[in-house]
Amino acid sequence: MSGASSLSPILSNSSASAEADALKVLIAEDSDSDRLILSALVRRLGHQVVEARDGVEAVALFCDQQPDIVLLDALMPRMDGMEAARQIKALAGERLVPLIFLSSLSDASELARCLEAGGDDFLVKPYNRVILEAKINAFNRMRKMHQVLSDQRDQIRRQHEQLVEEQMVARRVFDNVAHTGCLNAPHIRYHASPLSVFNGDVLFAAERPGGGTLIFLGDFTGHGLPAAIGAMPVAEIFYGMATKGFGAADILSEINRKLKKILPVGMFCCGAMLDADFKLGQLRAWNGGLPDGWLVRANGKHLTIPSRHLPLGVQAPDQFQASMTVLPVQPGDQVVIMTDGFSESRNVRGEQFGEAGVHRVLADLEPPKEPFDALMEHIRMFTGKPDAADDLTLCALEIIHHEQLQARNDRAPESALSGPVDWHCVYEVRERTLADFNPLPLLLHICMEVPGLRRKSGEVYTLLSELYNNALEHGVLELPSDWKTSPDGFGHYYKERRRRLAHTNGHYIRFALSHQPTDTGGRLHVVCEDSGQGFDFESYSEKVLDQRLPPGTRYAGRGLELLRRMTRQLRVHGRGNHVEIVYDWESTALADNAPSGHNDTQRIADD
Amino acid sequence: MPIETRRSDDGQTLTIRVEGRFDFSTHQAFRDAYEHSDASVNRYVIDLSDTTYLDSSALGMLLLLRDHAGGDSASISIENCNSDVRRILSISNFEQLFSIG
Repeated sequence: MSGASSLSPILSNSSASAEADALKVLIAEDSDSDRLILSALVRRLGHQVVEARDGVEAVALFCDQQPDIVLLDALMPRMDGMEAARQIKALAGERLVPLIFLSSLSDASELARCLEAGGDDFLVKPYNRVILEAKINAFNRMRKMHQVLSDQRDQIRRQHEQLVEEQMVARRVFDNVAHTGCLNAPHIRYHASPLSVFNGDVLFAAERPGGGTLIFLGDFTGHGLPAAIGAMPVAEIFYGMATKGFGAADILSEINRKLKKILPVGMFCCGAMLDADFKLGQLRAWNGGLPDGWLVRANGKHLTIPSRHLPLGVQAPDQFQASMTVLPVQPGDQVVIMTDGFSESRNVRGEQFGEAGVHRVLADLEPPKEPFDALMEHIRMFTGKPDAADDLTLCALEIIHHEQLQARNDRAPESALSGPVDWHCVYEVRERTLADFNPLPLLLHICMEVPGLRRKSGEVYTLLSELYNNALEHGVLELPSDWKTSPDGFGHYYKERRRRLAHTNGHYIRFALSHQPTDTGGRLHVVCEDSGQGFDFESYSEKVLDQRLPPGTRYAGRGLELLRRMTRQLRVHGRGNHVEIVYDWESTALADNAPSGHNDTQRIADD
Repeated sequence: MPIETRRSDDGQTLTIRVEGRFDFSTHQAFRDAYEHSDASVNRYVIDLSDTTYLDSSALGMLLLLRDHAGGDSASISIENCNSDVRRILSISNFEQLFSIG
């Protein structure tokens, strides 16, 4: 991009060369003798002369000849100098054409009138050669300075237009990488300026393969191109990893690693990640440097999601903390995150809306009103700008029933139709790796190579993650799921989970996956074994399966039940540490345009 | 002058005092304040008693100073913040990188 450096040099040696310039000078004078004398004087100074005998002629010649300087008698027949001056100035437009009145008048108010009519100076008869030369030279310098300034202004204007144009193109390129994802889903509301990426704000949303929503809001330090360039890899990492089934913590670590590598010291990205699992009724949140996020419960209660971490791109990968705050949520709850542009919005008196303002709006919220609408209304009222400031981004995520999301997911487009359909693989994760590696993306990736199965990525992910989490949490870590039935126990559960993950020596989780094609689609067979002590599956399953509690009342214990509903066959062997499932799926190509996942969804929803 | 520097008697501590708004406009002056100090300085004090406002570019400048002063081994304390400034530092969790008093 061309910058200010290519501007033409300001006034460089224009004054030095002014004296030598040959100018075209228009002389309008009705007295033949005076005109003759003046023309001779001007020619002798090295300039070219155009002569007019009255105002009308002067205006016509001005249009015709485009002179550089005009010498104009005040009193002339047909059109006097005043009127000619007005017309010439109007015709010159933005061009500076110095206009010097010739006058034998000595009355001060008459001379002043000449200047008011548009004259730049006057020359009193009889003419003095030295003064005439000095004035022509002085006005020529002014004329050239004006020319340079207007050229530069035009250049800046052109460059600005070009910059805006380039930004629009860059925005389109950016949109192809950082597409809006599922930002337009009905349970997500957001406000972001169309060119917000050039303010350093980014907002991404993706649906989790397992039925949930992942949102990332980032605010880069600085503006313009550097921020936009930094945003590109963040978008790629976010969307790339989210669709492969990586967890929010893994994505954050990767974003941090990348930004630490590419951003210069002193530049970073404040950000917040929301990972909502609608099925588990669970929100995982991470805030590094953004103002407080808010969880606004359906019953009006609200709590903050404060920044507990350094912004992204500051810490080395080994020091980065991606630990997420886990909160139980229910359908109807709303989660709100925003950039500091929101609380830093100012009213006409220069006062800030402030974080207290945000808190007040949420505290005064009347239930049917959504936090997003209330916040946007208040900020518009406060700033007095109907379209709010363009340097703020606000996003609200509504917690919904997971069936709502699943119904939409089944309409996802079909992928390519060739690939492996008949295969078997065993993958075992063991020892320390259990603590810091999530094998789900890899396993999902293998399954997604099966043509047609990609459309079922949500269900396959759910199956794999239920099996894995069951094996890890209840098998290897021996965490009792009853803990998760109370909000306190919920926190305790996750604390304990973290603690026990440090002691996974001697343990393993083994997946054996196989897939065969069938006439209508395929059959996926998964066996998941773990090294844990197992549990009393008979009594466990009775306890879980016989209870018909409305969704959202329990946080756990639904894993096996879910597997049972989604699969053709679920078998639990041994002490419960060997689980086997058979999952049959149908290709949509055979089922006309009807969404084939529909029945499955219904089955889950109706049960 | 919005940035003032002072060396302790033993020459090892450099105090940088920022007056008014600590934002991008102070970028060059802030950098000059520590880059032109000699090698005997091993401790930095950022005195914000007269700082009214601090923005994200100031956070970036603090990170640059930290890098200059040895990264993780840097000894930098940020002192006398008003509550607004303190809030901005704590939102970004800068207490993990600097000692903030």
